[in-house]
Amino acid sequence: HIATSLPLPSERDHLRPRIDLIVFMIDIKSKYSLKNVETSLAHVDASFFLGKVCFLVTGVGRVNACSIDTNAVCKLGETYCSPVLFCELELEGVRAATAQRLVRMLQISAGHIPGVSALSFVSLMRKSNDD
Amino acid sequence: ESADAQKTAFLLRKAWTLYSVTPLYGFRRARLRDYARLLSAFIAAERQRGLAVEVGVELDIKVALSSLADLRGSQLDQAALLVQLSSRSRASSRNSEDKLVWSGWFCSVFGDDLSENVPEHFTCLPLFLTHGAESYTSLVGSWFQKTFDCCFRRLAISPLNLSWMVAMWAGCKLDRPASAVELVFSVPRLSQPLDISYAIHPEDAQALWDTVQKTPGEITQEEVDVFMDCLYAHFHRHFKIHLSAAKLVKVSTAVAAAHCDGIVKIEHSQYLPGVLMLLTELAISQIQ
Repeated sequence: HIATSLPLPSERDHLRPRIDLIVFMIDIKSKYSLKNVETSLAHVDASFFLGKVCFLVTGVGRVNACSIDTNAVCKLGETYCSPVLFCELELEGVRAATAQRLVRMLQISAGHIPGVSALSFVSLMRKSNDD
Repeated sequence: ESADAQKTAFLLRKAWTLYSVTPLYGFRRARLRDYARLLSAFIAAERQRGLAVEVGVELDIKVALSSLADLRGSQLDQAALLVQLSSRSRASSRNSEDKLVWSGWFCSVFGDDLSENVPEHFTCLPLFLTHGAESYTSLVGSWFQKTFDCCFRRLAISPLNLSWMVAMWAGCKLDRPASAVELVFSVPRLSQPLDISYAIHPEDAQALWDTVQKTPGEITQEEVDVFMDCLYAHFHRHFKIHLSAAKLVKVSTAVAAAHCDGIVKIEHSQYLPGVLMLLTELAISQIQ
């Protein structure tokens, strides 16, 4: 399901299936997309931040068109305990690899992989020098 | 002080195309005259080979290389190096004046990040600025690349860096009346390209920056973000367009103007070191 911002319209709440993973897309060329994501985050229930949220930064192939400070995005990931993935959708290989990663994460978040829960994402994010 | 102003007057109010240059190997200040002769011979040879710069015009190109000792940040920087190409038409009389057809200069202003890590025999002058025909730029560039084993790359300026520039320069207090602060945005993904030009009264821009900046002399990313967000919000209130979704391509202030393709125009000598320091930093980050 794709939405341009949150919250989702309430009219379709009863028809909506369970949401297993929210991927927030940030276009590195658009400051507006970052602002949009920041305001949408406020509408997400806290329980999602236990491994069911991830940030996807697109357009990273073009460093010269960058309108966003990448440190700010990484900080966002840290604040919300969610992984930040960087990709370039215009490159077919990267696009396919990113899609595979997201599907894998979705399988884990939906509980389809026995023995691995969405909570593992949070522990994977902890940097080694924190221990 | 006016002697300094005279020396640097040549670089004001001209559109300079920016390049980053890797350190020069085996460059020696004492040999400037020799280098000028070698470059001159190289240019003449290339033109003989048919790489004609101007068709049908008989021109002798004279090369002059000079050092600009004052154009640097600290004593740790190398002095700037100026290359000038002048022409004298063969047809005209002996006392006709040389006409400057191309200039380029290498400089480093507080470029310690690069120079402190560089081995012996290398000279760091990471920023290269040119004014004049592209064909001359590529001739001069080729000669430097062959002679000093260095590499030139066009220096592009990202929207993020442009917003730093406009925030910094809009806040500068000038001793003469300032011109408007202008931002030009290009709107992507439309069937016909659309450019939006947003002009702000210089005093309003300065007043805004004064309320945003907490420590004079220091600028943080957060302050630049707040400054830009105010400008975007103001525009959105009036026109219902989110400029933050468009691409910032050019900024223009009374201090200097910069374009994302790596073209800069410095209007005022008052903030010259600051502008060059920022450009040096951009050049170094492109090299590393």
